[in-house]
Amino acid sequence: MWKGVLKFQDVRVPVKLHSAVEERSVHFRLLHRKDQAPVRQAMVNTHTDEIVPREKIRKAFVTAEGDLVVLGEEELERIRPQASRDIRILHFLPDRAIDHRWYVRPYWLSPDAGAAGHYAALAAALEQSGREGLAHWVMRKKEYAGALRSADGYLMLITLRQAGQVVSAQDLEAPDGPELAPKEIDMARRLMDMLADDFDPTEYRDEYRARVNEMIEQKASGGRVKTRKAPKRRPTRDLAAALEASLKEERKRA
Amino acid sequence: MPDDDEETRRGPRGFWSGTIAFGLVSLPVSLFVASRSGSVSLRMVDEDGTPLSRRYFCSREERMLEADDIVRGYEVEQDRYVVVEDDELESLAPEKSREIDLQRFVALSDIDPGYFERAYFLVPGEGGSRPYRLLARAMEDAGRAGIATFVMRGKEYLVAIVSDSGILRAEILRFHDELRSPDHVGLPAVSEPAKARVAEIEKSMRKLQADELNESELEDHYVQRLESLVQRKLKAGEDVVRAPEETQPSEHESAEVIDLMQVLKERMQEENIVDGASRRGPAAAGGKLESRSKAELYERAKSLNIAGRSSMSKAELIKAIRNAG
Repeated sequence: MWKGVLKFQDVRVPVKLHSAVEERSVHFRLLHRKDQAPVRQAMVNTHTDEIVPREKIRKAFVTAEGDLVVLGEEELERIRPQASRDIRILHFLPDRAIDHRWYVRPYWLSPDAGAAGHYAALAAALEQSGREGLAHWVMRKKEYAGALRSADGYLMLITLRQAGQVVSAQDLEAPDGPELAPKEIDMARRLMDMLADDFDPTEYRDEYRARVNEMIEQKASGGRVKTRKAPKRRPTRDLAAALEASLKEERKRA
Repeated sequence: MPDDDEETRRGPRGFWSGTIAFGLVSLPVSLFVASRSGSVSLRMVDEDGTPLSRRYFCSREERMLEADDIVRGYEVEQDRYVVVEDDELESLAPEKSREIDLQRFVALSDIDPGYFERAYFLVPGEGGSRPYRLLARAMEDAGRAGIATFVMRGKEYLVAIVSDSGILRAEILRFHDELRSPDHVGLPAVSEPAKARVAEIEKSMRKLQADELNESELEDHYVQRLESLVQRKLKAGEDVVRAPEETQPSEHESAEVIDLMQVLKERMQEENIVDGASRRGPAAAGGKLESRSKAELYERAKSLNIAGRSSMSKAELIKAIRNAG
């Protein structure tokens, strides 16, 4: 668990970071099909196909021209960010000014020893302001930017992607073609309205995970698994007819 | 890789091809990552500056393996594995492996920020351009996102399909039980704060108010320092290895050479031609790979996580991509 101090102006709030994410995936290993031995990864000389031992591996920067600049471990160490406990808050932005596309990983914050009062005050102030803080800090030799938010009366820090990493849809050209028929747009809207609802995250469950575990058990005790594929669906040609039929079906269900 | 944990943590970078279902309307799509990879990745070289590439090898036979030689296994007890094939994983949920069925439409602002994990752009497949545009238009007008769960690379995902500037994006959301609540983490109850202290903090906060995010504040300074170190060494001619005549595209180079944007721009428009004018047969669709540059194929192989891709020839890349698709 990492400890830091939230800092801005005269405010200091020592906190602890707790991952808000629980890993639940089934973990596989990669095996050699023939002998079921786990595969290892190695760095290989591309000309000779020989494995290069770890102590002989260097890091190099590749320039636009394809030239390599070899960097020594001491040189890299010198430019690494300096270790610090500070979580500096630069700004307070309107809620959601930091788009969710920047989000990487959420952490819950808890007050470190003796900081409960300051923690509670900051959480309350943040909640009332309707804003979120933009934070900078260095954790485990890496620079981070994050969004400091209030959630359920607690403080949450969400790590963010780096500048340039998010590709904006505005920078791409959307698929183009002949005008859509107003009637089709209208029917699509009506169908969407019939399927409209609030988002309740507790309604969705990863049922597949359990099935994977079941299958593993079954195979472990010598069972076989029947494989099947879903038929491929064709793209809809007659949009109006498909929408019409969908609306009819939804009405029946309602 | 030391174990497969790393791979699962990174998550699938590659794309998934299948169908979006909206009522009885269906459209083929492919998923492309919507973010570029992180800070500069450095190339591994040996002591003489010869570029190295990452390969898988069998720990027992001590030889290099190709993608076809590798299979996934689950360790049921020490050194005993159950092999799990891709088609077996698909069979556990055949429909969900091929289809994102939008059965519910919610307001995007309904979704709590902590749920968002990462995003993919949806690119229309053959014949899918018109229903794609219709769905994008209707969703944008309604200000709603379509919710579904689907299976990609042996894992189920909760996804919100969002429309933005005529382009559909799949926002992968965490499942409710993948997010820990304050209770679950064991956070202590928050006490009632002292009013004076809150007021003081509010005063300090007001001094730091800003209206919008300035992207430059998300810059990684390590990258900048690294770049200036490189510039200095280049000028001094220190530890510089001139480009070998035939350079294999490395992960790093390829990211620079073929920008993700380039790939996306091309693919978004590709179907317009097919959709609008002359429809080509499946043979032409197959021919598409051959007409691509090796660098593009490499990028595609990378997104598919094809092992041994950096040492493949163009023909081998095409074959591996076809097998993976």
